Amino acid sequence: MALQSLDIERRSATTTPSPSVREPMKVAKLIDISKCIGCKACQAACMEWNDVRDSIGICEGVYDNPMDLSADSWTVMRFSEVEPEPGKLEWLIRKDGCMHCADPGCLKACPSPGAIVQYANGIVDFHEGNCIGCGYCITGCPFNVPRLSKKDNKAYKCTLCSDRVAVGMEPACIKSCPTGALLFGSKDDMTRHAEKRITDLKARGFENAGLYDPKGVGGTHVMYVLQHADKPQLYHGLPKDPQISPLVSLWKGMAKPIMGIGLGLVALAGFFHYVTAGPNEANETEEDEKEEQ
Amino acid sequence: MSNRSKLVPRYSASERANHWFVGITFILLALSGLALFHPAFFFLTNLFGGGPWTRILHPFIGVVMFVSFLAMAARLWGHNRITEADRQWRRHLGDILRNRAGHLPEIGKYNIGQKYLFWTLVLAILLLFLSGIVIWQPYFAPSFGIGLVRIAVVVHAFAAFVAIAAILVHIYATIWTTDSVRAMTRGTVTEAWARHHHPGWYKEVSKEAKQA
Repeated sequence: MALQSLDIERRSATTTPSPSVREPMKVAKLIDISKCIGCKACQAACMEWNDVRDSIGICEGVYDNPMDLSADSWTVMRFSEVEPEPGKLEWLIRKDGCMHCADPGCLKACPSPGAIVQYANGIVDFHEGNCIGCGYCITGCPFNVPRLSKKDNKAYKCTLCSDRVAVGMEPACIKSCPTGALLFGSKDDMTRHAEKRITDLKARGFENAGLYDPKGVGGTHVMYVLQHADKPQLYHGLPKDPQISPLVSLWKGMAKPIMGIGLGLVALAGFFHYVTAGPNEANETEEDEKEEQ
Repeated sequence: MSNRSKLVPRYSASERANHWFVGITFILLALSGLALFHPAFFFLTNLFGGGPWTRILHPFIGVVMFVSFLAMAARLWGHNRITEADRQWRRHLGDILRNRAGHLPEIGKYNIGQKYLFWTLVLAILLLFLSGIVIWQPYFAPSFGIGLVRIAVVVHAFAAFVAIAAILVHIYATIWTTDSVRAMTRGTVTEAWARHHHPGWYKEVSKEAKQA
């Protein structure tokens, strides 16, 4: 929803600047995993606000339900039973969904102008009206988040409730969290709040507690407070150092101008060869002479 | 002064149809592929009914081209083995490009430039087909790992670049070499053309014609 109050920082497949004179503050969602009880109220609130209903699945024998993100489930709770130290069981619950990267791989990969936008406040949003269904966003995402809908072949993911944020409300998931594990505000405030939480966690024996705001993707507008920030993989494979794959950077970076210009040069070389060297003609008399020799 | 107006058959009707079938599908693929490759070319999606239709049609056209290209490649395979005469001919390439070539080794049905083009396209189109399957949404891409898909998108773009560049050279070569186009439009070339550009092949066909 390209609302006037949401200026655009970046727009997919667009080489000129988007309207961006206003400078709204950067927002962030803070997910404090140490406070999460896995109640899935956020999942329900997300479905409700966004009017998406995943099909009713089956019990896989674990708490994860649905088992994965989908075009209808933009956030899911990931339950991991781990032993960070031998004999010390921990049940880590991570709310998974779009991380709203400052350097979004999905947007970089998208070939359709304006199908993915990054608002000046940091939210990365899919405009399904412009989506062509190629799935390049999936290829570009370092967090395995976007999903193509089987219904309409458009890609969907968490919008960070851009529609709510645009009118000064917090995202639906934040609104529903009963323990305060989910917070929303300016990125600066969220970072400061996280610092306090980390100090507290460290005092409680979680020496490696820390904030997950990975620099490899320019930081994210969804951040985690992790008890074990040194081992983010414990949290259902949260990547330790996520970044846009070098292959995607090559494909959507250097390759585009080099190949575009390269093809232009090949065509121009042909044209100039013709106007300088002239055509390669089979001269009949010449051929006859050759034969006579 | 013999046989000035005589024409030499070079391509049969079915070879011509096959070639142009590949040619038309190639052009459609190049246009729709470029549209999805660089925003500067995105407007080309309008030729195919918009972005989603371009995305839907491109891979199907790709399969059609691949199959028809296979048929063409099978016909041309044997004519494209590189010979010693080709290698010698290649040493004169600079003079040939300046239209200053003197005495050249006798070239058969195809010169080494045409043969390189053939093998380049065989390789590029095979890579395009294989990588294209891997990134084909929504049918096949979900069954491949993300690592393979990322390799495939790069391979697809690179192979397409090579193939399009090769075809630009191919198109220019027929414009540059006067009277070449009729080989593929009418199926015949002039005797002078055959003697000048493909003397080895000309000898062969005239011998066959005499025997017949």
